[in-house]
Amino acid sequence: MFFNPEIFQITALSLQVSTLATGISLLIGLPLGTWLALGNFRGRSFLLSIVNTGMALPPVVVGLVVAMMLWRSGPLGDLRLIYTPMAIVIAQTIIAAPVVTGLTAAALEALDPRLSQQLLGLGASRLQMVWYLWREARLPLLAALMAGFGSVISEVGASMMVGGNIKGQTRVLTTAIVLETSKGEFETALALSALLLVLTYLINLALTRIQQRGQKR
Amino acid sequence: MSKENSLFVDGIIACMQRIFSIFVLFASVITACTGLESSAPASSNLILATTTSTQDSGLLDVLIPLFEAESGYTVQTVAVGSGQAMKMGEDGNADVLLVHAPEAEEEFMAKGFGKDRALVMHNDFVVVGPASDPAGIAGMAAVDAWKRIAASGAVFISRGDDSGTHKKEMNLWKQAALDPKGQAWYFESGQGMGATLTIASEKGAYTLTDRATYLAARDHLQLEILVEGDETLLNVYHVITVNPEKWEKVNYEGALAFLRFLIAPSTQEIIGQFGVDRFGQPLFFPDANKTDEDLGL
Repeated sequence: MFFNPEIFQITALSLQVSTLATGISLLIGLPLGTWLALGNFRGRSFLLSIVNTGMALPPVVVGLVVAMMLWRSGPLGDLRLIYTPMAIVIAQTIIAAPVVTGLTAAALEALDPRLSQQLLGLGASRLQMVWYLWREARLPLLAALMAGFGSVISEVGASMMVGGNIKGQTRVLTTAIVLETSKGEFETALALSALLLVLTYLINLALTRIQQRGQKR
Repeated sequence: MSKENSLFVDGIIACMQRIFSIFVLFASVITACTGLESSAPASSNLILATTTSTQDSGLLDVLIPLFEAESGYTVQTVAVGSGQAMKMGEDGNADVLLVHAPEAEEEFMAKGFGKDRALVMHNDFVVVGPASDPAGIAGMAAVDAWKRIAASGAVFISRGDDSGTHKKEMNLWKQAALDPKGQAWYFESGQGMGATLTIASEKGAYTLTDRATYLAARDHLQLEILVEGDETLLNVYHVITVNPEKWEKVNYEGALAFLRFLIAPSTQEIIGQFGVDRFGQPLFFPDANKTDEDLGL
Protein backbone atom coordinates (compact mmCIF):
# COMPACT_ATOMS: atom_id res chain seq x y z
CA MET A 1 0.00 0.00 0.00
CA PHE A 2 2.85 2.31 0.73
CA PHE A 3 4.45 2.00 -2.62
CA ASN A 4 1.66 3.14 -4.85
CA PRO A 5 2.54 6.08 -7.09
CA GLU A 6 -0.10 8.35 -5.62
CA ILE A 7 1.44 8.22 -2.14
CA PHE A 8 4.87 8.85 -3.58
CA GLN A 9 3.55 11.86 -5.41
CA ILE A 10 1.78 13.24 -2.33
CA THR A 11 4.87 12.76 -0.17
CA ALA A 12 7.18 14.29 -2.75
CA LEU A 13 4.91 17.30 -3.09
CA SER A 14 4.73 17.80 0.70
CA LEU A 15 8.51 17.75 0.91
CA GLN A 16 9.04 20.04 -2.06
CA VAL A 17 6.53 22.62 -0.94
CA SER A 18 7.61 22.75 2.71
CA THR A 19 11.32 22.65 1.93
CA LEU A 20 11.01 25.48 -0.56
CA ALA A 21 8.89 27.53 1.85
CA THR A 22 11.38 26.95 4.67
CA GLY A 23 14.27 27.84 2.38
CA ILE A 24 12.66 31.14 1.37
CA SER A 25 11.81 31.85 5.01
CA LEU A 26 15.45 31.30 5.89
CA LEU A 27 16.51 33.69 3.17
CA ILE A 28 14.17 36.31 4.62
CA GLY A 29 14.47 35.44 8.29
CA LEU A 30 18.19 35.06 8.69
CA PRO A 31 19.22 38.55 7.56
CA LEU A 32 16.14 40.19 9.03
CA GLY A 33 16.55 38.47 12.38
CA THR A 34 20.24 39.28 12.48
CA TRP A 35 19.61 42.93 11.73
CA LEU A 36 16.89 43.08 14.39
CA ALA A 37 19.19 41.49 16.94
CA LEU A 38 22.35 43.46 16.30
CA GLY A 39 21.12 46.72 14.89
CA ASN A 40 20.35 49.72 17.01
CA PHE A 41 17.61 51.85 15.50
CA ARG A 42 14.34 53.45 16.35
CA GLY A 43 11.37 51.12 16.13
CA ARG A 44 13.50 48.05 16.77
CA SER A 45 11.46 46.75 19.70
CA PHE A 46 8.25 47.51 17.86
CA LEU A 47 9.39 45.48 14.83
CA LEU A 48 10.54 42.69 17.08
CA SER A 49 7.16 42.54 18.78
CA ILE A 50 5.44 42.35 15.37
CA VAL A 51 7.72 39.47 14.38
CA ASN A 52 7.08 37.67 17.64
CA THR A 53 3.34 38.05 17.15
CA GLY A 54 3.81 36.66 13.65
CA MET A 55 5.16 33.47 15.17
CA ALA A 56 1.70 32.77 16.54
CA LEU A 57 -0.23 33.45 13.31
CA PRO A 58 -2.87 30.73 12.87
CA PRO A 59 -2.09 28.92 9.60
CA VAL A 60 -5.75 28.75 8.61
CA VAL A 61 -6.04 32.54 8.88
CA VAL A 62 -2.95 32.97 6.70
CA GLY A 63 -4.54 30.51 4.26
CA LEU A 64 -7.79 32.43 4.16
CA VAL A 65 -6.13 35.81 3.56
CA VAL A 66 -3.79 34.44 0.88
CA ALA A 67 -6.71 32.65 -0.79
CA MET A 68 -8.72 35.87 -0.88
CA MET A 69 -5.76 37.60 -2.54
CA LEU A 70 -5.27 34.83 -5.09
CA TRP A 71 -8.90 34.21 -6.06
CA ARG A 72 -9.89 35.46 -9.47
CA SER A 73 -12.03 38.01 -7.72
CA GLY A 74 -9.04 39.08 -5.61
CA PRO A 75 -6.27 41.60 -6.35
CA LEU A 76 -3.74 38.98 -7.47
CA GLY A 77 -6.21 36.80 -9.35
CA ASP A 78 -4.53 37.35 -12.70
CA LEU A 79 -1.46 35.47 -11.50
CA ARG A 80 -3.66 32.35 -11.61
CA LEU A 81 -1.90 30.86 -8.63
CA ILE A 82 -4.93 29.69 -6.67
CA TYR A 83 -5.09 25.90 -6.27
CA THR A 84 -1.47 25.46 -7.39
CA PRO A 85 1.49 24.21 -5.31
CA MET A 86 3.11 27.65 -5.57
CA ALA A 87 0.17 29.12 -3.69
CA ILE A 88 0.87 26.70 -0.85
CA VAL A 89 4.53 27.71 -0.91
CA ILE A 90 3.53 31.36 -0.59
CA ALA A 91 1.20 30.72 2.33
CA GLN A 92 3.71 28.48 4.10
CA THR A 93 6.47 31.05 3.66
CA ILE A 94 4.26 33.63 5.38
CA ILE A 95 3.78 31.17 8.23
CA ALA A 96 7.43 30.16 8.61
CA ALA A 97 9.20 33.47 8.03
CA PRO A 98 8.23 35.10 11.36
CA VAL A 99 9.22 31.91 13.20
CA VAL A 100 12.67 31.87 11.64
CA THR A 101 13.10 35.64 12.03
CA GLY A 102 12.06 35.75 15.67
CA LEU A 103 14.16 32.80 16.72
CA THR A 104 17.18 34.07 14.77
CA ALA A 105 16.91 37.42 16.51
CA ALA A 106 16.72 35.70 19.89
CA ALA A 107 19.69 33.48 19.00
CA LEU A 108 21.93 36.39 18.08
CA GLU A 109 20.86 38.60 20.94
CA ALA A 110 22.01 35.86 23.29
CA LEU A 111 25.59 36.24 22.11
CA ASP A 112 28.04 38.29 24.08
CA PRO A 113 27.61 41.84 22.81
CA ARG A 114 31.32 42.45 22.92
CA LEU A 115 32.02 39.58 20.55
CA SER A 116 31.42 41.61 17.42
CA GLN A 117 33.77 44.34 18.67
CA GLN A 118 36.44 41.77 19.42
CA LEU A 119 36.14 40.28 15.97
CA LEU A 120 36.48 43.63 14.28
CA GLY A 121 39.36 44.49 16.54
CA LEU A 122 41.11 41.29 15.47
CA GLY A 123 40.85 42.41 11.87
CA ALA A 124 37.74 40.61 10.67
CA SER A 125 35.99 42.05 7.65
CA ARG A 126 32.31 42.85 7.92
CA LEU A 127 31.43 39.66 6.12
CA GLN A 128 33.68 37.60 8.37
CA MET A 129 32.22 39.21 11.48
CA VAL A 130 28.62 38.36 10.62
CA TRP A 131 29.60 34.90 9.40
CA TYR A 132 31.45 34.20 12.63
CA LEU A 133 28.54 35.41 14.71
CA TRP A 134 26.30 33.02 12.84
CA ARG A 135 28.68 30.18 13.48
CA GLU A 136 28.78 31.05 17.15
CA ALA A 137 25.01 30.94 17.31
CA ARG A 138 24.60 27.84 15.16
CA LEU A 139 22.86 25.82 17.88
CA PRO A 140 19.88 28.12 18.30
CA LEU A 141 19.97 29.06 14.58
CA LEU A 142 19.53 25.43 13.54
CA ALA A 143 16.77 25.18 16.11
CA ALA A 144 15.16 28.16 14.36
CA LEU A 145 15.41 26.31 11.05
CA MET A 146 13.86 23.17 12.52
CA ALA A 147 11.08 25.22 14.10
CA GLY A 148 10.36 26.93 10.78
CA PHE A 149 10.24 23.64 8.92
CA GLY A 150 8.13 22.04 11.63
CA SER A 151 5.61 24.85 11.48
CA VAL A 152 4.89 24.23 7.80
CA ILE A 153 5.29 20.51 7.23
CA SER A 154 2.62 19.95 9.86
CA GLU A 155 0.08 22.59 8.94
CA VAL A 156 -3.15 21.76 7.14
CA GLY A 157 -5.33 24.89 7.27
CA ALA A 158 -3.39 27.01 4.79
CA SER A 159 -2.68 24.09 2.44
CA MET A 160 -6.38 23.28 2.35
CA MET A 161 -7.51 26.84 1.71
CA VAL A 162 -5.06 27.89 -1.00
CA GLY A 163 -4.34 24.47 -2.44
CA GLY A 164 -7.81 22.96 -2.45
CA ASN A 165 -6.53 19.39 -1.80
CA ILE A 166 -6.84 18.55 -5.48
CA LYS A 167 -5.87 14.99 -6.36
CA GLY A 168 -2.63 14.81 -8.27
CA GLN A 169 -2.08 18.55 -8.07
CA THR A 170 -2.15 20.06 -4.59
CA ARG A 171 -2.81 17.13 -2.29
CA VAL A 172 -0.14 16.99 0.40
CA LEU A 173 0.24 14.55 3.30
CA THR A 174 -1.67 16.64 5.83
CA THR A 175 -4.63 17.38 3.58
CA ALA A 176 -4.70 13.75 2.42
CA ILE A 177 -4.96 12.67 6.06
CA VAL A 178 -7.96 14.96 6.57
CA LEU A 179 -9.62 13.60 3.42
CA GLU A 180 -9.13 9.94 4.34
CA THR A 181 -10.46 10.64 7.83
CA SER A 182 -13.57 12.33 6.48
CA LYS A 183 -14.15 9.31 4.24
CA GLY A 184 -13.81 7.06 7.26
CA GLU A 185 -10.68 5.37 5.92
CA PHE A 186 -8.97 5.51 9.29
CA GLU A 187 -6.31 2.94 8.52
CA THR A 188 -5.14 4.84 5.48
CA ALA A 189 -5.20 8.06 7.50
CA LEU A 190 -3.05 6.48 10.20
CA ALA A 191 -0.64 5.05 7.65
CA LEU A 192 -0.20 8.50 6.09
CA SER A 193 0.25 9.98 9.56
CA ALA A 194 2.98 7.47 10.31
CA LEU A 195 4.66 8.31 7.01
CA LEU A 196 4.56 12.02 7.81
CA LEU A 197 6.02 11.44 11.27
CA VAL A 198 8.83 9.26 9.97
CA LEU A 199 9.68 11.84 7.33
CA THR A 200 9.80 14.74 9.78
CA TYR A 201 11.82 12.62 12.19
CA LEU A 202 14.44 11.80 9.55
CA ILE A 203 14.78 15.41 8.49
CA ASN A 204 15.11 16.63 12.02
CA LEU A 205 17.56 13.85 12.80
CA ALA A 206 19.82 15.11 10.04
CA LEU A 207 19.49 18.72 11.17
CA THR A 208 20.10 17.79 14.81
CA ARG A 209 23.24 15.92 13.82
CA ILE A 210 24.50 19.04 12.09
CA GLN A 211 23.51 21.14 15.05
CA GLN A 212 25.29 18.91 17.55
CA ARG A 213 28.44 18.42 15.53
CA GLY A 214 31.42 19.27 17.66
CA GLN A 215 29.46 19.37 20.89
CA LYS A 216 31.32 17.40 23.48
CA ARG A 217 28.33 16.00 25.39
CA MET B 1 22.44 55.14 11.02
CA SER B 2 25.43 54.81 13.35
CA LYS B 3 28.75 53.44 12.16
CA GLU B 4 28.21 50.25 14.13
CA ASN B 5 24.80 49.69 12.58
CA SER B 6 26.12 50.13 9.08
CA LEU B 7 28.89 47.63 9.78
CA PHE B 8 26.31 45.03 10.72
CA VAL B 9 24.12 45.78 7.73
CA ASP B 10 27.07 45.58 5.34
CA GLY B 11 28.18 42.31 6.88
CA ILE B 12 24.70 40.83 6.66
CA ILE B 13 24.35 41.90 3.05
CA ALA B 14 27.76 40.43 2.17
CA CYS B 15 26.92 37.07 3.75
CA MET B 16 23.47 36.94 2.21
CA GLN B 17 24.89 37.59 -1.26
CA ARG B 18 26.88 34.40 -1.00
CA ILE B 19 23.99 32.40 0.42
CA PHE B 20 21.58 33.69 -2.20
CA SER B 21 23.30 32.11 -5.18
CA ILE B 22 23.35 28.73 -3.45
CA PHE B 23 19.69 29.14 -2.64
CA VAL B 24 18.71 29.99 -6.20
CA LEU B 25 20.43 26.80 -7.35
CA PHE B 26 18.65 24.76 -4.69
CA ALA B 27 15.26 26.30 -5.40
CA SER B 28 15.54 25.72 -9.12
CA VAL B 29 16.37 22.06 -8.53
CA ILE B 30 13.26 21.68 -6.40
CA THR B 31 10.93 23.47 -8.78
CA ALA B 32 12.40 21.68 -11.79
CA CYS B 33 11.55 18.32 -10.24
CA THR B 34 7.85 18.96 -10.59
CA GLY B 35 5.70 21.52 -12.23
CA LEU B 36 5.96 23.59 -9.09
CA GLU B 37 6.83 26.68 -11.02
CA SER B 38 3.91 26.53 -13.38
CA SER B 39 0.86 28.57 -12.67
CA ALA B 40 -2.28 27.35 -14.34
CA PRO B 41 -2.54 28.38 -17.99
CA ALA B 42 -5.80 30.12 -18.73
CA SER B 43 -7.39 28.18 -21.50
CA SER B 44 -6.66 24.58 -20.58
CA ASN B 45 -7.54 24.90 -16.92
CA LEU B 46 -10.99 24.47 -15.48
CA ILE B 47 -12.15 25.05 -11.92
CA LEU B 48 -15.05 22.77 -11.00
CA ALA B 49 -16.85 23.63 -7.77
CA THR B 50 -18.89 20.70 -6.61
CA THR B 51 -20.49 19.00 -3.65
CA THR B 52 -18.79 16.76 -1.14
CA SER B 53 -21.29 14.01 -1.99
CA THR B 54 -20.07 13.66 -5.58
CA GLN B 55 -16.52 13.53 -4.36
CA ASP B 56 -16.96 11.31 -1.27
CA SER B 57 -18.91 8.74 -3.28
CA GLY B 58 -15.97 8.40 -5.66
CA LEU B 59 -17.93 9.28 -8.82
CA LEU B 60 -15.71 12.21 -9.77
CA ASP B 61 -12.58 10.07 -9.42
CA VAL B 62 -14.00 8.09 -12.34
CA LEU B 63 -15.44 10.90 -14.47
CA ILE B 64 -12.77 13.58 -14.21
CA PRO B 65 -9.86 11.55 -15.62
CA LEU B 66 -12.10 10.50 -18.53
CA PHE B 67 -12.99 14.09 -19.29
CA GLU B 68 -9.37 15.23 -18.99
CA ALA B 69 -8.15 12.51 -21.36
CA GLU B 70 -10.86 13.23 -23.87
CA SER B 71 -10.77 17.03 -23.84
CA GLY B 72 -7.23 17.92 -22.83
CA TYR B 73 -8.44 20.23 -20.06
CA THR B 74 -6.98 20.01 -16.58
CA VAL B 75 -9.76 20.06 -14.04
CA GLN B 76 -9.23 21.49 -10.59
CA THR B 77 -12.01 19.98 -8.54
CA VAL B 78 -12.83 21.84 -5.37
CA ALA B 79 -15.33 19.95 -3.23
CA VAL B 80 -17.23 22.38 -1.04
CA GLY B 81 -20.93 22.54 -0.24
CA SER B 82 -23.44 23.62 -2.90
CA GLY B 83 -23.85 26.95 -1.09
CA GLN B 84 -20.16 27.74 -1.26
CA ALA B 85 -19.93 26.44 -4.83
CA MET B 86 -22.61 28.88 -5.93
CA LYS B 87 -20.91 31.70 -4.05
CA MET B 88 -17.72 30.88 -5.92
CA GLY B 89 -19.72 31.04 -9.14
CA GLU B 90 -21.14 34.42 -8.15
CA ASP B 91 -17.63 35.75 -7.53
CA GLY B 92 -16.23 34.26 -10.71
CA ASN B 93 -13.90 31.98 -8.77
CA ALA B 94 -15.15 28.81 -10.48
CA ASP B 95 -15.90 27.99 -14.13
CA VAL B 96 -18.48 25.25 -13.77
CA LEU B 97 -20.63 23.96 -10.91
CA LEU B 98 -22.05 20.52 -10.19
CA VAL B 99 -24.54 21.02 -7.39
CA HIS B 100 -27.75 19.67 -5.90
CA ALA B 101 -29.80 22.50 -4.46
CA PRO B 102 -32.50 23.20 -7.07
CA GLU B 103 -34.21 26.18 -5.40
CA ALA B 104 -30.91 27.97 -4.77
CA GLU B 105 -29.77 27.11 -8.28
CA GLU B 106 -32.88 28.67 -9.81
CA GLU B 107 -32.19 31.84 -7.88
CA PHE B 108 -28.58 31.71 -9.09
CA MET B 109 -29.75 31.46 -12.70
CA ALA B 110 -32.40 34.15 -12.24
CA LYS B 111 -29.74 36.59 -11.05
CA GLY B 112 -27.80 35.88 -14.21
CA PHE B 113 -24.76 34.25 -12.64
CA GLY B 114 -25.14 31.04 -14.61
CA LYS B 115 -25.36 30.70 -18.36
CA ASP B 116 -26.31 27.09 -19.08
CA ARG B 117 -27.92 24.65 -16.68
CA ALA B 118 -28.46 20.98 -17.44
CA LEU B 119 -29.98 18.10 -15.51
CA VAL B 120 -27.37 15.38 -14.99
CA MET B 121 -28.55 12.70 -12.58
CA HIS B 122 -30.46 12.02 -9.41
CA ASN B 123 -30.41 9.77 -6.48
CA ASP B 124 -32.19 10.03 -3.21
CA PHE B 125 -31.60 11.15 0.31
CA VAL B 126 -32.15 8.75 3.14
CA VAL B 127 -32.51 9.28 6.87
CA VAL B 128 -30.07 7.15 8.81
CA GLY B 129 -29.80 6.47 12.50
CA PRO B 130 -28.86 3.84 15.07
CA ALA B 131 -30.36 0.39 14.64
CA SER B 132 -32.08 0.80 17.99
CA ASP B 133 -34.09 3.73 16.52
CA PRO B 134 -34.90 5.49 19.83
CA ALA B 135 -37.35 7.90 18.23
CA GLY B 136 -39.14 5.11 16.33
CA ILE B 137 -39.07 6.75 12.89
CA ALA B 138 -38.52 3.63 10.79
CA GLY B 139 -40.72 3.55 7.70
CA MET B 140 -42.27 6.98 8.25
CA ALA B 141 -42.42 9.79 5.72
CA ALA B 142 -39.54 12.25 6.07
CA VAL B 143 -41.52 15.20 7.38
CA ASP B 144 -43.29 13.00 9.94
CA ALA B 145 -39.92 11.58 10.99
CA TRP B 146 -38.66 15.11 11.58
CA LYS B 147 -41.64 15.84 13.82
CA ARG B 148 -41.08 12.62 15.75
CA ILE B 149 -37.39 13.35 16.26
CA ALA B 150 -38.16 16.82 17.59
CA ALA B 151 -40.88 15.49 19.87
CA SER B 152 -38.71 12.76 21.33
CA GLY B 153 -35.60 14.92 21.60
CA ALA B 154 -33.47 12.31 19.85
CA VAL B 155 -30.02 13.55 18.84
CA PHE B 156 -29.85 14.84 15.27
CA ILE B 157 -26.69 15.90 13.42
CA SER B 158 -27.10 18.54 10.75
CA ARG B 159 -24.54 19.43 8.08
CA GLY B 160 -24.95 23.06 9.08
CA ASP B 161 -22.89 24.24 6.10
CA ASP B 162 -25.36 25.57 3.55
CA SER B 163 -24.75 22.54 1.32
CA GLY B 164 -27.41 20.89 -0.87
CA THR B 165 -28.00 18.27 1.81
CA HIS B 166 -28.31 20.96 4.46
CA LYS B 167 -30.78 22.92 2.37
CA LYS B 168 -32.90 19.81 1.87
CA GLU B 169 -32.84 19.15 5.59
CA MET B 170 -33.92 22.74 6.38
CA ASN B 171 -36.66 22.45 3.77
CA LEU B 172 -38.03 19.43 5.58
CA TRP B 173 -37.96 21.27 8.91
CA LYS B 174 -39.90 24.09 7.24
CA GLN B 175 -42.48 21.64 5.94
CA ALA B 176 -42.78 20.22 9.44
CA ALA B 177 -43.23 23.77 10.75
CA LEU B 178 -40.43 23.33 13.26
CA ASP B 179 -37.29 25.28 14.05
CA PRO B 180 -34.55 23.00 15.42
CA LYS B 181 -31.88 25.64 15.89
CA GLY B 182 -30.67 26.00 19.43
CA GLN B 183 -32.43 22.89 20.66
CA ALA B 184 -30.42 20.69 22.99
CA TRP B 185 -30.67 17.62 20.75
CA TYR B 186 -29.71 19.40 17.50
CA PHE B 187 -26.03 19.61 16.50
CA GLU B 188 -24.42 21.19 13.44
CA SER B 189 -21.19 19.63 12.25
CA GLY B 190 -20.26 22.23 9.64
CA GLN B 191 -18.44 19.54 7.69
CA GLY B 192 -18.86 17.34 4.64
CA MET B 193 -21.15 14.34 4.40
CA GLY B 194 -18.53 11.72 5.22
CA ALA B 195 -17.40 13.46 8.38
CA THR B 196 -20.99 14.16 9.45
CA LEU B 197 -21.90 10.48 9.06
CA THR B 198 -18.96 9.54 11.26
CA ILE B 199 -20.14 11.95 13.94
CA ALA B 200 -23.69 10.60 13.77
CA SER B 201 -22.39 7.06 14.00
CA GLU B 202 -20.24 7.82 17.04
CA LYS B 203 -23.04 9.66 18.81
CA GLY B 204 -25.75 7.17 17.88
CA ALA B 205 -27.66 10.01 16.26
CA TYR B 206 -29.93 10.59 13.26
CA THR B 207 -28.86 12.45 10.16
CA LEU B 208 -29.90 13.11 6.59
CA THR B 209 -27.55 11.80 3.92
CA ASP B 210 -27.51 11.08 0.22
CA ARG B 211 -27.62 7.38 -0.47
CA ALA B 212 -24.33 7.32 -2.41
CA THR B 213 -22.13 8.68 0.39
CA TYR B 214 -23.85 6.43 2.93
CA LEU B 215 -23.24 3.31 0.85
CA ALA B 216 -19.64 4.25 0.22
CA ALA B 217 -19.02 4.79 3.94
CA ARG B 218 -21.29 2.08 5.36
CA ASP B 219 -18.52 -0.31 6.41
CA HIS B 220 -17.22 1.86 9.17
CA LEU B 221 -20.59 3.25 10.32
CA GLN B 222 -23.06 1.92 12.86
CA LEU B 223 -26.05 3.47 11.17
CA GLU B 224 -29.01 1.95 9.33
CA ILE B 225 -31.32 3.42 6.70
CA LEU B 226 -34.57 4.15 8.52
CA VAL B 227 -36.51 6.38 6.13
CA GLU B 228 -36.34 6.17 2.35
CA GLY B 229 -38.37 6.30 -0.84
CA ASP B 230 -40.33 9.40 0.13
CA GLU B 231 -40.84 11.74 -2.83
CA THR B 232 -39.61 14.68 -0.72
CA LEU B 233 -36.23 12.94 -0.54
CA LEU B 234 -35.43 13.27 -4.23
CA ASN B 235 -31.86 14.50 -4.77
CA VAL B 236 -31.27 16.06 -8.17
CA TYR B 237 -27.91 17.18 -9.60
CA HIS B 238 -27.48 19.89 -12.19
CA VAL B 239 -24.38 21.17 -13.94
CA ILE B 240 -24.17 24.95 -14.41
CA THR B 241 -21.71 26.99 -16.45
CA VAL B 242 -20.77 30.32 -14.90
CA ASN B 243 -21.83 33.27 -17.02
CA PRO B 244 -18.85 34.76 -18.86
CA GLU B 245 -20.77 37.98 -19.33
CA LYS B 246 -20.53 38.62 -15.60
CA TRP B 247 -16.92 37.47 -15.29
CA GLU B 248 -14.81 37.53 -18.43
CA LYS B 249 -12.02 35.54 -16.79
CA VAL B 250 -14.06 32.34 -16.56
CA ASN B 251 -13.16 29.54 -18.93
CA TYR B 252 -16.55 29.29 -20.61
CA GLU B 253 -15.44 26.96 -23.40
CA GLY B 254 -14.07 24.51 -20.88
CA ALA B 255 -17.18 24.78 -18.75
CA LEU B 256 -19.43 24.10 -21.71
CA ALA B 257 -17.25 21.15 -22.75
CA PHE B 258 -17.66 19.70 -19.27
CA LEU B 259 -21.41 20.20 -19.32
CA ARG B 260 -21.66 18.46 -22.69
CA PHE B 261 -19.46 15.66 -21.39
CA LEU B 262 -21.72 15.07 -18.41
CA ILE B 263 -24.90 14.81 -20.47
CA ALA B 264 -23.33 12.77 -23.29
CA PRO B 265 -24.85 9.28 -23.61
CA SER B 266 -21.56 7.48 -22.98
CA THR B 267 -20.95 9.38 -19.74
CA GLN B 268 -24.56 8.92 -18.67
CA GLU B 269 -24.11 5.20 -19.07
CA ILE B 270 -20.98 5.26 -16.88
CA ILE B 271 -22.92 7.21 -14.27
CA GLY B 272 -25.68 4.63 -14.35
CA GLN B 273 -23.23 1.79 -13.82
CA PHE B 274 -21.22 3.45 -11.08
CA GLY B 275 -21.26 1.50 -7.84
CA VAL B 276 -23.04 -1.57 -9.17
CA ASP B 277 -20.07 -3.88 -8.82
CA ARG B 278 -19.22 -2.63 -5.35
CA PHE B 279 -22.67 -2.14 -3.84
CA GLY B 280 -24.95 -4.24 -6.02
CA GLN B 281 -26.94 -1.14 -6.89
CA PRO B 282 -26.18 2.04 -8.82
CA LEU B 283 -25.45 5.10 -6.70
CA PHE B 284 -26.78 7.63 -9.23
CA PHE B 285 -29.49 7.51 -11.89
CA PRO B 286 -28.71 9.32 -15.18
CA ASP B 287 -31.31 11.88 -16.25
CA ALA B 288 -29.91 13.90 -19.12
CA ASN B 289 -32.74 12.79 -21.39
CA LYS B 290 -35.39 14.09 -18.99
CA THR B 291 -36.56 17.49 -17.89
CA ASP B 292 -37.02 18.93 -14.44
CA GLU B 293 -40.79 18.46 -14.72
CA ASP B 294 -40.33 14.73 -15.37
CA LEU B 295 -38.74 14.45 -11.98
CA GLY B 296 -41.41 16.47 -10.29
CA LEU B 297 -39.34 19.56 -9.68
